[in-house]
Amino acid sequence: MSSRRSLIAIGDLSRDEITRMLDLAERFSEVMRRDIKKVPTLRGRTVINMFFEASTRTATSFELAGKRMSADVINVKGSGSSVEKGETLKDTVLTLNAYQPDILVVRHRAAGAVAAAARYTQAAVINAGDGKHEHPTQALLDLYTLRRATGRLDGLHVAFVGDVLHSRVARSGAIALATMGAKVSFVSPPTLLPREAEAGLGVSTSSDIRDIADADVVYALRMQHERMGNGGFVPSLREYATRYGIGHHRLRPGQLVMHAGPMNRGVEITDELADDPTALITTQVESGMVVRMAVMYDLLTESGARTPEAVAEAVAA
Amino acid sequence: MSARLVQRPGQAASIVIRGARILDPIAGVDRVGDLVVRDGVVGGDAAGLEEVDGTGLVVVPGFVDPHVHLRTPGREDTEDIASGSLSGAAGGFVAIAAMPNTQPPVDDAQDLVRLLELAEHDAVIPVGFICAITKGQNGSQLTEAAELAELGAVALSDDGRPVSDAAVFRRALQYQRLAGLPFTLHEEDMHLSGGGAMHEGAVSARLGVEGIPAVSEAIAVGRDVLLAHYEGARIHVCHVSAKETIEEVRRGKSMGVRVTAEVTPHHLVLIDEDCEDLDAATRKMNPPLRGREDREALIAALVDGTIDCVATDHAPHGASEKELPFEEAPFGVTGLETAFAVLNTHLVRTGRMPLELLVRRMSGDAARVLDMPEPTLADGAVANLAVIDPEATWRVGADGFRSKSGNSAFLGEELTGRVTMTIAGGQIAWRT
Repeated sequence: MSSRRSLIAIGDLSRDEITRMLDLAERFSEVMRRDIKKVPTLRGRTVINMFFEASTRTATSFELAGKRMSADVINVKGSGSSVEKGETLKDTVLTLNAYQPDILVVRHRAAGAVAAAARYTQAAVINAGDGKHEHPTQALLDLYTLRRATGRLDGLHVAFVGDVLHSRVARSGAIALATMGAKVSFVSPPTLLPREAEAGLGVSTSSDIRDIADADVVYALRMQHERMGNGGFVPSLREYATRYGIGHHRLRPGQLVMHAGPMNRGVEITDELADDPTALITTQVESGMVVRMAVMYDLLTESGARTPEAVAEAVAA
Repeated sequence: MSARLVQRPGQAASIVIRGARILDPIAGVDRVGDLVVRDGVVGGDAAGLEEVDGTGLVVVPGFVDPHVHLRTPGREDTEDIASGSLSGAAGGFVAIAAMPNTQPPVDDAQDLVRLLELAEHDAVIPVGFICAITKGQNGSQLTEAAELAELGAVALSDDGRPVSDAAVFRRALQYQRLAGLPFTLHEEDMHLSGGGAMHEGAVSARLGVEGIPAVSEAIAVGRDVLLAHYEGARIHVCHVSAKETIEEVRRGKSMGVRVTAEVTPHHLVLIDEDCEDLDAATRKMNPPLRGREDREALIAALVDGTIDCVATDHAPHGASEKELPFEEAPFGVTGLETAFAVLNTHLVRTGRMPLELLVRRMSGDAARVLDMPEPTLADGAVANLAVIDPEATWRVGADGFRSKSGNSAFLGEELTGRVTMTIAGGQIAWRT
């Protein structure tokens, strides 16, 4: 069992802890504006990225985040299916744990896999996405992006639109936003809305796309074909795009747009909007690295050692 | 043509329990006094027998479990007849019926006879065997039920899965008129359940774990109640988990359908909110732990008799399988060693149901659903009894398990009520 603090579900973090991590990310973002973008903060530490499911931006940003803090970063790719792969997960974790890593970053296709992995390592474990369950660092980077763009989180209204059912981004995002005092709604075809989402996640739900009008932020969710099995969740992507696809025509001036990527252009978001520089989509990607730096630093630092002086030292070249 | 319950030969018990509460709800007995067992039979002369101080203890008719998995043949690494029957003895059970979803499934005379032979050698309490409804449990071709009945099968079941094709199941019910065996049914609409791993509701919405809707079970029960009504057949519904299902059973009973039902200790005590940690070993089972309202309805239905009895659905699994991520681990938890203590702790001691009623639901009522003999403390009966210390507390798993598997839903929990002796089939099968 991991003896260090881990980040497996966003609900494990209090409002203060989230604020602290976002503040920390701000400090690391200053580092990224320097000529030399590397700090010695995690020198001598070992970070192992275990990605059992495909990833571009999450894997890259965790790797870069570790390297920018001078950690030794190792990437382990896994592929997988069904039962034996789960055994592989345990055995892989046990094996890697023998190298005494400080942080294990785990992505896996099954909900509960990261919690399972954390039972077999002493390292701090960071959930980089487990099935439809959670993606807490995505939620943190979304909060960071929003706080930068709007200056506040309390009272903000965010509407997640589309495939909520299969989305760990929406789940972690909704919990994180609620923790910070924001209002969350799910606007989704009835077939892609989890039953009892209101009770389970404290959100409001609607299947009428016009209900995004009240939102300050419209968060378009990727249609996750790979989690749909035999499909049939919507009659066709064409009908979905017509009814729920987000484009300029649905937005009022000043409404912010987000997407966690990868995008299905022409399905959940129009080409034009995807390329619109006022959308926060690229900012989200940029935020990813500094937020993950902050999370790694935070998890490896004892609470007493997180003084302003210590943080100043952490971001000093 | 009757069900065979098989036990290994052993020494007949001769013992007198002094000063215990003797509680036999079916016989209407509740007194403090001595209970004599001589040569494996209740009653007779106490002279010269070993004496046990029964002060503070309760002697009850032993428990019967119509639904266990002994993993034999195929997965003897997780349970076998010896370990499973000892596990039952430790829980106060005096008869258990094993489901046929083994590897391969028990679906013909040869399989059944071999198991009966094994049990004659290994079973410390009487064990019966349920055979498949369809060959290979594939849901299409009926097994040779008349022959299986002659050889002593207890019942028929495709447990682990439903007979999805209604026409096949209808023929099975028709054939019951020839074979006579009761059906004990795993009820689930597999299309609705999909790849679900827990109850569909607010908790699954939050956890992002694919849900198994309550109606998946209720729809299947509704179908089979109607078919049983139409064919005049008799069915038993396994492990009822949802309040909607209770309504289907109740409707069936009010229509005069011969339908009975069981509920597990874990469904009577735990709910989906207990799944937050995504620990498959203790929380993943099928049917899944349902909502708070479902649990309340299950307790009420067990009290009012809509649900006839308790069954454990004792489902051992190897540690390595249960260490898998929640969504990928197999369904099932063990239950034989904890069933009484769990329900004594959570239902009797909390005032939800009197001890007499719990004993009924775990003993005679449980035997009756599959026509197994009803344990009784009446003079002249073969001794099938449990001696209970109702105040003893113990921690689940603290001294291991008699089962080969440790996937108990109540691992680490402190429970009140312990079985100190089990006499099954006239033999002392368990003694602390």
